[in-house]
Amino acid sequence: MIPFTTLTGIAAPMLRANIDTDLIIPKLFLKTLVRTGLGRHLFAELRYDNEGHEAPNFVLNQAPYRQATILLAGPNFGCGSSREHAPWALLDFGIRCVIASSFADIFYNNCFANGILPIALPIAAIEDLAAASGPLTVDLQAQTVAVAGRLHPFDIDPARKASLIEGLDQIGRSLANLPAIEAFEARRSRETPWL
Amino acid sequence: MSPGARTLYDKIWEAHLVEIRGDGTSLLYIDRHLVHEVTSPQAFEGLRLAGRPLRRPKAILSVADHNVPTRKREAGIADATSRLQVEALEANVQAFAVPYVPLLDDRQGIVHVIGPEQGFTLPGATVVCGDSHTSTHGAFGALAFGIGTSEVEHVLATQTLPQRHSRNMRVHFEGSLPDGLGAKDLALYLIGRIGTAGGTGHVMEFAGRAVRALSMEGRMTLCNMSIEAGARSGLVAPDDTTFAYMKGRPMAPAGPLWEQALANWRNLPTDEGATFDRELRLEVGDLAPQLTWGTSPESVVAITGQVPDPGTAPSAAEREGILRALEYMGLQPGTLMEDVPIQVVFIGSCTNGRIEDLRAAARVALGRKVATGVRALVVPGSGLVKRQAEVEGLDRIFLEAGFEWRQPGCSMCLAMNDDRLEPGERCASTSNRNFEGRQGRGGRTHLVSPEMAAAAAVMGHFTDVRRLLEAR
Repeated sequence: MIPFTTLTGIAAPMLRANIDTDLIIPKLFLKTLVRTGLGRHLFAELRYDNEGHEAPNFVLNQAPYRQATILLAGPNFGCGSSREHAPWALLDFGIRCVIASSFADIFYNNCFANGILPIALPIAAIEDLAAASGPLTVDLQAQTVAVAGRLHPFDIDPARKASLIEGLDQIGRSLANLPAIEAFEARRSRETPWL
Repeated sequence: MSPGARTLYDKIWEAHLVEIRGDGTSLLYIDRHLVHEVTSPQAFEGLRLAGRPLRRPKAILSVADHNVPTRKREAGIADATSRLQVEALEANVQAFAVPYVPLLDDRQGIVHVIGPEQGFTLPGATVVCGDSHTSTHGAFGALAFGIGTSEVEHVLATQTLPQRHSRNMRVHFEGSLPDGLGAKDLALYLIGRIGTAGGTGHVMEFAGRAVRALSMEGRMTLCNMSIEAGARSGLVAPDDTTFAYMKGRPMAPAGPLWEQALANWRNLPTDEGATFDRELRLEVGDLAPQLTWGTSPESVVAITGQVPDPGTAPSAAEREGILRALEYMGLQPGTLMEDVPIQVVFIGSCTNGRIEDLRAAARVALGRKVATGVRALVVPGSGLVKRQAEVEGLDRIFLEAGFEWRQPGCSMCLAMNDDRLEPGERCASTSNRNFEGRQGRGGRTHLVSPEMAAAAAVMGHFTDVRRLLEAR
């Protein structure tokens, strides 16, 4: 996983509520066997018309947002399906950070597994970020989002912060504690043998 | 509050702690892992690339369900990318010696239907799957939640997951549901009340008289939809209804082990005096059938109601949201829900594809005809549900009424196979999501119960099913 420390980039505003993972990456594209190449299908039903042409009104089809590395959204971003194809598509497009007023659980977890930083901020702060014209700077160590000299601090769980900054292999970390897993299994076989 | 009194969720949580990491996370042991073709290929590939073995193949049950055709399956899967994904699953389960239910097996079906059906899902167990509707299994008093593909890989490699403890929430459904209403109405009513983020960060236990009265199928419907309320998991305490459903299932414990398990399971329910972070009481004795009008599962109205007026929205953002949904759905404010015509009916999915759901729909369809111009599909949740329905003659009732009787799978719930809506088509669907494009690009989905779906099919528009039942 690519570590996340700081990021300066263009933030694309999509401030509607309840952007679900079906909208982020429609089911057609879940038939892939790999994690890569989904960026061109990100938000496909909003981004392209029925003939596959770009919809000019959609934010990611407009300059400078084609180069966006940050997404700004409203409440309950990433609700619905557990598909990790949603963060894969965001990442493949170039989005490394989503700033929303709240997130759905599974999507939030999936971001961290892919080096994407999800930041929850009050809607007023997000509107302030969306109104700014220049790039934003996200500093994970300092837990701030900066724009035009203004700083918006954010909260993040320390364990999740550390895993993003270090780009930790979570499976390796769990396997390092194999003896505890084996001991648990031995006890479980004695106490609840039907499992 | 009683000292030491614990919730059902806390009991399962504590019984599965492998390690408390001291950074707010704990390593939780995973007892049961359901695997399907869409969210697993990259996880198996990850294992291969890292050279890691699969830790416990016997903890897994795998099946193809999302991509599978629901007719002429014997002839193979025509769509090349769908076929490749199912073939990839078959190759992976063979390579890693994972138990698999083949596509043409009678037991094949939607992963969340076959897990309980086979007795794979057990009370007090932790159950995961790369699928958000894993919450379904909470109906058995199992801690069950959906995970991403990286987490699928984590479970394949370690049989554990790092987790954070959720908050405890309890929803009491008080009163007795009127005839013609079921668990789907409870779920929609709840989501309409608290919203799709109303349960975020919580494990939601369902309690109260109306829940105790539900069959296991109904409890599965309710827990299935808890994810649409944003909850981490849904839970119903196991009781005699649970045990009667489970006894004798192929993968459930038997003989002395059954007795030993039963003694353990009887201690699972939330202790008297345990505290919840949040409690909600809903009186449902006078509830009318519920359905959605918009593009979020929280856009709920009663069948006696009408399409909402954006002018009454409390904020500009909400007004904009309603306007966008009305435009997508092609609806006018103030239209009576009973006046909204439909072109397609879908009865099936992990929400409402079980035998009781088909019985409920058949009860309405019996002796009636699908309205002219309506295409109505019945897709059983599994081969065993299909067989049972055929034994009971439900297939004849549906076919004589003009419904299509299909082979099992996820089908039009998410339209990854050939079953999908055309742009602008309006569907009464027993599935779980009415998101834009969910059932096909431009398709318009209204979530309903199986009874209400059957009523819409025979009338050609939404109808208060209670009236059709009274007419018997």
